[in-house]
Amino acid sequence: MNYKLLARATLLAAAAACAMMTQAHAADADTIRLGAAVSLTGKYSSNGVYTRNGYDLAAKLINEKGGVEVGGKSYKLEIVYYDDESTPARGAQLAERLIQQDGVKYLLGPYSSGLTEAMAPVTEKYGVPMVEANGAAVSLFRKGYKYLFAVLSTTDQYLQPAVQLAAGRADDPTKLKIAMAFENDPFSQDVREGVTADAKRFGMKIVVDDKLPPELNDMSATLTKVKLLKPDLLIVSGHEKGASTAIRQLADQRVNVPLLAMTHCDSAQIAEKLGKAAEYTLCAAQWAPSLTYSDDLFGKAGDYAALYEKTYGEPAPYQAAESSAAVQVFAAAFARAGSLDPKAVRDALSKTDIKTSYGPIKFDETGKNVVKPMVLFQVQDGKYVVVWPEKWAEAKLRAPTPSWDKR
Amino acid sequence: MIDNFLLLVQNPSFALDVVLNGLLVGAIFALAAYGMSLVWGVLNIVNIVQGELVMLGGFIAFMAVSHGVPPLAALPLASAAMFCVGWLLYRLVIFRVVDKDLFISILATFGLSILIQQLTNTAFGSDVRSIDTGLGSFYMLDGAVTLAWIKLAAFALALVAGAALWLFLRHARLGQAIRATAQNARAAHILGIDTDRVYVVTYGINAALCGAAGSLAVMAWTIHPYIGLPYTVRSFMIVVVAGLGNVGGVVAAGLGLGAVENVAGFVLGAEYQIAFVFALMVLILVWRNIAAARRRSYLS
Amino acid sequence: MIDKLIARFERIPQWALIAGLGVVAVSAPFIVPSLATQLAFLWLMVVLAQTWDVLGGQMGYNSFGNVIFFGIGCYASAVVQRDSGLPYFDALALGLLVAGAVSLLSALVFGAALLGIRGHYFAIATLGLGIAAGEIAAGWSYVGAGSGMAMPLYPGALGQREIFFYFLMFAIAAACFMTLRALYATRFGLALNAIRDDEDKAEAMGLRTTQIKTMAWAISAFFLGLAGAVAGNMLGFIDPRDVAFSGATFGVWMVLMAILGGKGTLWGPVIGAAIFHLTKELFWTYLLGWQRVALGLLIVVIVLFFPQGIMGWLAARKAGARA
Repeated sequence: MNYKLLARATLLAAAAACAMMTQAHAADADTIRLGAAVSLTGKYSSNGVYTRNGYDLAAKLINEKGGVEVGGKSYKLEIVYYDDESTPARGAQLAERLIQQDGVKYLLGPYSSGLTEAMAPVTEKYGVPMVEANGAAVSLFRKGYKYLFAVLSTTDQYLQPAVQLAAGRADDPTKLKIAMAFENDPFSQDVREGVTADAKRFGMKIVVDDKLPPELNDMSATLTKVKLLKPDLLIVSGHEKGASTAIRQLADQRVNVPLLAMTHCDSAQIAEKLGKAAEYTLCAAQWAPSLTYSDDLFGKAGDYAALYEKTYGEPAPYQAAESSAAVQVFAAAFARAGSLDPKAVRDALSKTDIKTSYGPIKFDETGKNVVKPMVLFQVQDGKYVVVWPEKWAEAKLRAPTPSWDKR
Repeated sequence: MIDNFLLLVQNPSFALDVVLNGLLVGAIFALAAYGMSLVWGVLNIVNIVQGELVMLGGFIAFMAVSHGVPPLAALPLASAAMFCVGWLLYRLVIFRVVDKDLFISILATFGLSILIQQLTNTAFGSDVRSIDTGLGSFYMLDGAVTLAWIKLAAFALALVAGAALWLFLRHARLGQAIRATAQNARAAHILGIDTDRVYVVTYGINAALCGAAGSLAVMAWTIHPYIGLPYTVRSFMIVVVAGLGNVGGVVAAGLGLGAVENVAGFVLGAEYQIAFVFALMVLILVWRNIAAARRRSYLS
Repeated sequence: MIDKLIARFERIPQWALIAGLGVVAVSAPFIVPSLATQLAFLWLMVVLAQTWDVLGGQMGYNSFGNVIFFGIGCYASAVVQRDSGLPYFDALALGLLVAGAVSLLSALVFGAALLGIRGHYFAIATLGLGIAAGEIAAGWSYVGAGSGMAMPLYPGALGQREIFFYFLMFAIAAACFMTLRALYATRFGLALNAIRDDEDKAEAMGLRTTQIKTMAWAISAFFLGLAGAVAGNMLGFIDPRDVAFSGATFGVWMVLMAILGGKGTLWGPVIGAAIFHLTKELFWTYLLGWQRVALGLLIVVIVLFFPQGIMGWLAARKAGARA
């Protein structure tokens, strides 16, 4: 080994190290900096962008209206972003970096349960409050985290309405057969848990229970099983890809199911992209523009949707609405705490009880929002129409789905 | 698992459905695998960016259709566009790795694949895309067997493309030049064949085949910027099983892989379908090695 | 002036350099505590690159699936820490031990099956092995299936955890480096090079190549397993495809770092890992949203223009200057 060579290379490495150390940061005295690692690249990048848009929209509006009053002084909100590339390993590192290097004292959540799962231990450790809007897995709220707050309904509630709907329509729920195809990721597996628990409660029989690998873009084996076993309810959850693929192949293989329920259909735009094949599909959603929720900042849910569309040139997905709500929750907590001490802000957060255009928000002791229900859309004549809960139903449920030769 | 197997045995018509659907899937794999076999044989490159070429072809077809091109016309269009992409890729990067170590080509094309994935994501977003051809499905045996027409079309196209490729390599002047270069690039060069042109055309043909496979994939299923790797790996497996320069073998291996995979997905459950494919590939390589060792010991 | 500086720098003997690096490494987390985790990841990268180079550089077997041992380490330790019922540090110690042992044993098994395969077929077989392992872990509910596994929380005071894992990772990297340094100086090291240069001849000379190859893989797997166990604890959450068996990140990075630094050398992987890690961090900070494009370009540029790595490039320049 020629160590002269080595010495040169070491010098090179040292120079690079110096470059890295020079990352500086400075905060203005009258801004509050929120940190966020969102997925701008990788498999969650569409939803990551919705998340960022939602955060930005709320922060912008709050700043335009004079910022947040804390202890008699008004502060502007600023959000520091990093890209977590849709990988949990990166998310955990970035949370650490936001807190330690950028000196951020409050975090907004990433997109997806997996990433939230990776970041929560870090924020917990440093006592940094994190309000998240896109990590719904129940398991997050079983770990006793004190600094984690979620504005959205947890995953177990996503498709339970569909099970209840099916049970309510049957003379004898114990005769019902359910087929399930869930992507093999933390989010969908959690949805599965909720569905399984409810199916058990009603005594329904689960006849298909497949876990789809994220790389798989062909469900035909699973669907043949469905065709063969003729379930009364088919439940699919696999983010946008799962939704599109399922609709596509159900139509191609002419698989008849009386009720089909899934997640992520609105963000997958199944009605727009897949046309007639998407009709009758039930979609679980956190929020819909047609709901009657409202607040002072955005106005009604519909106003939020209009503003979002005007700003970003696309219809408002619920992922953005819930992200905006997370910023609103923080702003309200700062005001109520009257201080910028993370501990005080945490305590104020835990007492959150506000109404937003996204829905009412109130946390239980585990940090999840317990007052906002899920809604079920149904695709009817190319539109997403709320059919459940009945309180907000825009139209009657169309069921059962007619067989393919009659559609 | 055993339940699923019994289900298949008790319902032969559904078993037929699983197998046939698998075969049709396999046709699209075979299409991408022709290209890989060609590039591997002629340029001596393991083209890890194969799946991304498939994905790009799908995106081009999707863009064409959303601008009003009829789906079946989008396929040749995507194919032609991908030929140009392949040409460009060769002129920019690939020519540098032709005479290098195989491992260098693997890594360089891997880097390209990350680059293309990410640029596609930046340009089009990570949304899932799909084209509805409106062709509907063909069904028989009381609806137990349903085959989408687009998949049948893919199957037919894969066979036609295979035959055309075989004829081209055998009888066309350029095809013969390609084969000569594959056998011995130096000798071919000395005999007056412009090997550089052969290389660029070969890579272009590969990209065009991938473009066709991609357009069919977006019509039969869905695509998104990160869908490439499974196509790369399946193409590779098919080529390893079939051997280089064996068009018939590629068809057989491709169809076989599709069918086996679908049956495995049904019997083992979808969660192990991909694991099964990759484990199968490892086993094939191990088996191939043992077989080769046995042959060596016969010789000695 | 720079030439003079380099010339002066070159006069430092190797032992002094190692000692100096050691002093810097030990004091770093106290000087810049906010970077402790990132520096710990730097040592992880060093382990990854070095262990890859045992086969890829010294022995000429390009593996794309070494990440499997990293993943096995992650999971072995996680299962022990979950089920052993011991206090945190005892469980962690046992977990590390088991992680190293299980990785080593699996390398023996896989080695027996796969190390007969040569060339690019070996590369692709290992790639398949890595992906299959990730998928199997993602389907197996005993290890949390697709939901992954969360690691127990570190019980100590705030700020201690980073320092603790930093030193643990540093210790593994240092042990790995010293082991390989000693190993490459023995006949075993020469045997590895002989296999790389001409395996058939090496065999004809009477080397038990299969045994040597498997041993080499087992050594590299042992350190990878340990590193995986610590990395899992550092991250706090194991995802089967994105953390443990992550071929697209750790799996390919280890190859790149070794090539960037110069494969088949002792220091190459260390330097490659350092430079790669720093570059990556800078990309992530300053190229928001474009960092993967930059990474892809970097890979292409590295393999096209620096296939011999930094060490090789420096050596060539030096030879050129002398001539």
